[in-house]
Amino acid sequence: MLELRNISLSVEDQFAQNNTKEILRDVNLTIETGKFIVITGPNGGGKSTMAKMIAGILKPDQGQILLDGEDITNLDITERAKRGVSFAFQQPVRFKGITVRDLINLAAGHEIGDCEACAYLKEVGLCAKDYIDREVNASLSGGEIKRIEIATVMARKTKLSIFDEPEAGIDLWSFNNLIDVFRKMRAEIQGSILIISHQERILDIADEIIVLADGRISAKGTKDQVLPELLKDDCRYCVAGRRAMY
Amino acid sequence: MNDITKRLLSMITDISGEIKGAFNIRVDGGCEARQSSENVDIIPKVGQPGIDIVIKPNTKEKIYIPACVTKSNVDDLVYNDFYVGENADVTIVAGCGVHTDGEEDSQHNGIHRFFVKRNAKVRYEEKHVGIGEGTGKRIINPQTYIEMAPDSYMEMDTVQIKGVDSTKRESKAVLQSGAKLVIKEKIMTHGDQYAETNFQVDLDGEDSGADLISRSVARDTSRQLFRSVINGNTRCTGHSECDAIIMDKGVVSAIPELTANDIDAALIHEAAIGKIAGEQLTKLMTLGLTSEEAEAKIVEGFLK
Repeated sequence: MLELRNISLSVEDQFAQNNTKEILRDVNLTIETGKFIVITGPNGGGKSTMAKMIAGILKPDQGQILLDGEDITNLDITERAKRGVSFAFQQPVRFKGITVRDLINLAAGHEIGDCEACAYLKEVGLCAKDYIDREVNASLSGGEIKRIEIATVMARKTKLSIFDEPEAGIDLWSFNNLIDVFRKMRAEIQGSILIISHQERILDIADEIIVLADGRISAKGTKDQVLPELLKDDCRYCVAGRRAMY
Repeated sequence: MNDITKRLLSMITDISGEIKGAFNIRVDGGCEARQSSENVDIIPKVGQPGIDIVIKPNTKEKIYIPACVTKSNVDDLVYNDFYVGENADVTIVAGCGVHTDGEEDSQHNGIHRFFVKRNAKVRYEEKHVGIGEGTGKRIINPQTYIEMAPDSYMEMDTVQIKGVDSTKRESKAVLQSGAKLVIKEKIMTHGDQYAETNFQVDLDGEDSGADLISRSVARDTSRQLFRSVINGNTRCTGHSECDAIIMDKGVVSAIPELTANDIDAALIHEAAIGKIAGEQLTKLMTLGLTSEEAEAKIVEGFLK
């Protein structure tokens, strides 16, 4: 179970009052083990910031983060990763010389067999033999590297997997697969999955939808409770209506 | 053969047990062992140190020409000439290991010339290492001159990962029509080491091509200089690339020089020098690596 207690985070902003801008404002949130949660909301609402903060990439100014009751607020990225937090970047990082195989091995925490490594690639719609020894460098397209990023998180099999806009850069065919990937992951790992997304079809498979707007949680509930209002043009959860999300 | 020689050889070559083909093992300026084969003659030079390696046409063989310096105060200079016959397809494993145990410097200056005949194919592997507890500097200055006949191909893989205090590498090549040259260099310097690389390629023949790729890491207060000169004198393609990671107070300079002397010469240079990107460290840390482990992995991959 992941708990966020009274989380606030500001960043420097020369155009804002006092040169600081509040990104997250006193956020409280509990994510139960085994749940599939989607965080949505307008751009600039604090979604990615919250995801990075859970992974330890950003530190909150105030508040506490608890994972299965343990306070992980002051743990760094590595320590959180070791305790079972995974993070798929919105814009995956490229490396010269590091291959897809290297990355999947690092993600799994040990050398895994070709069969297993290839199975992860197949899940994300990549032909394993074409990709397993390729470098994770600039020669990969945005969609290819995005799928490899998802495969690395799958290989980790952790109790909390966070995906920051996994659909960005993914074509329609892959997108259909992506939905299946999440469904399968959920069944296999039995951990919590936290996805940041604007996609209605991802929202549709969530146990719970959280709307984050202007640094605050403006709605939280099952898809039946949240989705109808969210799909309205003048959605009251978002400051400037639903259109601000796109 | 003493233990230091064995250790150096295992670091610079893949020799294990008996060598079937031709070889020449040079140790501390002398010949430790030599063997010609049916298609490869190894002949000592007269009047200067070194050997001629004469490879008959159509030969397919792996040839070992390593050199070791096992102690301080050795100043080794050697001239090795390779004559690669038409249609031959050979791998030549050279390389040099220098061990110092005292205060005096030791150095190996290997001057290698290649005469690659029509349609011949050569893979040239050159690994350089330095070891030993002595304070004497370990110095390796290789010079490589390559003459490539029409439609020949040569790939030069040169690696220096550890322990060489100073190196100055000169590589010059002249290519005739349809010849292709690929040079891949990997260097890591640390401490106060210095490494200098000078490539000069003349693309004289139509449809000749050269690809010069350098990847390097400069740590501590070490310095590196990479200079690549490509002259496109006819319809040809030339590409040089210098990719470097700097760490601590390392310094890397890249100086490309491309000259197109013909309207159909297509020449490209790319250079990227910088520290390890923070986001690369972050990504590997999200997989459970510590910052130090992530850094080591990135460097290892980069120089792989």
